[in-house]
Amino acid sequence: MAENVTPRVRVPKEAAAGEVITIKTLISHPMESGQRKDKEGNLIPRSIINRFTCTFNGETVIDVAMEPAISTNPYFEFQAKVPESGTFTFTWIDDDGSTYEDTKEIAVA
Amino acid sequence: MSFSRRQTLAIMAGSGLSVMLGGRMALATPTEELIANFTGGAEITGEGLTLTAPEIAENGNTVPVEVDAPGAESIILLATGNPNPDVGVFHFGPLAGAQMASTRIRLAGTQEVVAIAKMSDGSFARAAQEVKVTIGGCGG
Repeated sequence: MAENVTPRVRVPKEAAAGEVITIKTLISHPMESGQRKDKEGNLIPRSIINRFTCTFNGETVIDVAMEPAISTNPYFEFQAKVPESGTFTFTWIDDDGSTYEDTKEIAVA
Repeated sequence: MSFSRRQTLAIMAGSGLSVMLGGRMALATPTEELIANFTGGAEITGEGLTLTAPEIAENGNTVPVEVDAPGAESIILLATGNPNPDVGVFHFGPLAGAQMASTRIRLAGTQEVVAIAKMSDGSFARAAQEVKVTIGGCGG
């Protein structure tokens, strides 16, 4: 079970209609690969975030299937089209079934 | 030079292990299998995929990688030299502003990083980049 998982997302506050914006996301998570061993030589079981999605007003921007080779504190940078004012929803899905969510509003001037 | 019983056993175990590993390397299937699963066996003939990765990564625990393929539906990223070559698959939705993404990945050692993009017209494009890793990123 991962502790202190904090998502951080950077989205501009406003955009022009149809503008393409850059989104940066970071979430603190150990992403235990399942390859590492502890001091006694026992394998530390895998515990990672296996999926990340970003939607805008319910429509998909990006959907990433993640494997243990994604680094600790997974970082993603990508681009989204903003057709109207609305809400970006970011969801991270953990191996243990928990989900972490963050939302950001954007206004079309 | 004579070996004690214990040393002999250790050497035998060691050589057995290396033969097993060698056999696995010779097949070289995990990456190819993953690519075949992704493409459905289709030939990779398209162009238009750019994979950006550093030539030398000091720390294999966090290697910045960017994929960019205008018109792609999805892109798979593979680290051919990792114990488990899949890294991730990016699917782009209708509101993706560009079919690009960057992230940070783990590399167990110096190896080739491969990306395959599935274009919206059904063709596939491939890009690869050799990354030299000074400190491996798979713990242990």
